[in-house]
Amino acid sequence: MTTLSAEAPAPAVTTSTLALTGVSRWYGNVVAVNDVSMRLGPGVTGLLGPNGAGKTTLLHMMAGFLAPSRGTVTLDGEPTWRNPPVYRRLGLVSEREAVHTFLTAYEFVLASAKLHRLPDPAAAARRAIALVELEDAQDRRIGTYSKGMRQRARVAAALVHDPQVLLLDEPFNGMDPRQRLHMMTLLHSLGDAGRTILFSSHILEEVEQVSGTVQVMVAGRLAASGDFRTIRRLMTNRPHVFTVRSTDDRALAVALMAEPSVTGVELDRTGLTVKAGDYGAFTRALPKIALAHGVRVRQLLPEDESLESVFSYLLEG
Amino acid sequence: MSTVTWITARGLFGRRRFLMLLPLPAVLVALAVLCTSLGVDPREWGPPVLVGLGLAVVLPVVALVVGTGVLGAEIDDGTVVHVLTKPLPRWQIVLPKLAVATGVSAVTVAVPIVVAGVLADSVRLGVALAAASALGALAYSALFLALSLVTRRPVLLGLVYVLIWEGLLGRFVSGTRVLSVQQWVITLADRLAPTDLLTAAVSVPVAAVLTTLVAVGLTILAIDRLRSFSVAGETS
Repeated sequence: MTTLSAEAPAPAVTTSTLALTGVSRWYGNVVAVNDVSMRLGPGVTGLLGPNGAGKTTLLHMMAGFLAPSRGTVTLDGEPTWRNPPVYRRLGLVSEREAVHTFLTAYEFVLASAKLHRLPDPAAAARRAIALVELEDAQDRRIGTYSKGMRQRARVAAALVHDPQVLLLDEPFNGMDPRQRLHMMTLLHSLGDAGRTILFSSHILEEVEQVSGTVQVMVAGRLAASGDFRTIRRLMTNRPHVFTVRSTDDRALAVALMAEPSVTGVELDRTGLTVKAGDYGAFTRALPKIALAHGVRVRQLLPEDESLESVFSYLLEG
Repeated sequence: MSTVTWITARGLFGRRRFLMLLPLPAVLVALAVLCTSLGVDPREWGPPVLVGLGLAVVLPVVALVVGTGVLGAEIDDGTVVHVLTKPLPRWQIVLPKLAVATGVSAVTVAVPIVVAGVLADSVRLGVALAAASALGALAYSALFLALSLVTRRPVLLGLVYVLIWEGLLGRFVSGTRVLSVQQWVITLADRLAPTDLLTAAVSVPVAAVLTTLVAVGLTILAIDRLRSFSVAGETS
């Protein structure tokens, strides 16, 4: 496991630290989150993991909507569970698309500002709506919005009190590419301004584009954490398994053994199973080798390329 | 008006289930008007319409729809999270919701019950029924609000209480009447406007004390449960 090295941008606001110590959560016999410890400081952190890895459970515990079965979740030393005052510094955008559809976005965000007892709720609401670029639609009922627009309305409501910590559960779900880009830019700028931003995602590319720091969860455990590039390298350097079928499997097997990127070849009746250390080098070398030995490749199937298997590999590593 | 009150009221009137409140009171008024215009003796139609329909059906059903609507509906669709992610002490969420639920239920029941009470006997009876119903609405609302927080099926459990406990058992097992909001309301109305049309099954002090206890106790329970509100776990 690599160590966390968050890049600290120049803090423009008071910064907050969200700390999890030995946090577990179980439902009956099912362990959803297993002994997770992490500290989140200023900047954007991605919480990456396949569906069902416990990301949402972890986020709910961070946001004070679930008691840890064991361990502690604190924001600047105060527990988040049964402690409403933490919401002065914390904002949450949950995954569930729940909005008061009968309100307009402006009314919705204004209500949030009022509930926060902000000194000038109207100004705060306008600022938050401008931040998510929803001004043009702000006087329409949320019920008429697209999924992406609803999401932005929810983000505006969560940002209205300018929290130091913002937690977002799968914020890019249902957004079109333009909205996605805009949200990514927004998260970046919030992170650069010294806020602690954590968002969850099961899509590698989303995390890659938004955050330098990443926490990877697999099956309730923290599988890796730290700089995204390091984790990416771990992921690309793991052994890849391919199934190859050709006109002459035996000849191809012999030729492949000479290829440096190949770490193992297995020959059976259905074809070849090739283990390669470097995904790119192997897939580039295979056509050349086949051509040089007069073998025609009929099928090349990468095995086990699901995100789950990538994550499981990290867990073993 | 507090923001919680405003959102609660908007949510209540903005949902279609609110329309469910209208038919029952209308039936109550229609029956009372019909019986009077046909010249039926109030001693005959009074108890079944005022008590059997008004206090035993209209009041608890209206209170159930409204009481589970002010918080239960928000828990169901997840919008409650927006109110809970605010630095508000939880009583500042529960009390406005209880006030909206009690107010809306009391008014919805007061209009038809006053009409029916006046037609059956006197203005005094009408007002007494409305006042006792308002106290009943408070007890019921506290009950259904608390139910919204202790179970995922508040409407079902609420119906079981109203139909089985108050309706069925209340009729055959007299002991259950002591713990029946309906009986407290009858007792209190009878105390405010003594009439032959109402038959009290519990004493006035018992009704008054239990109404207060239920309203206060269950509200405190609701506040405490809201403090520990957990979002349903999604372990797939």
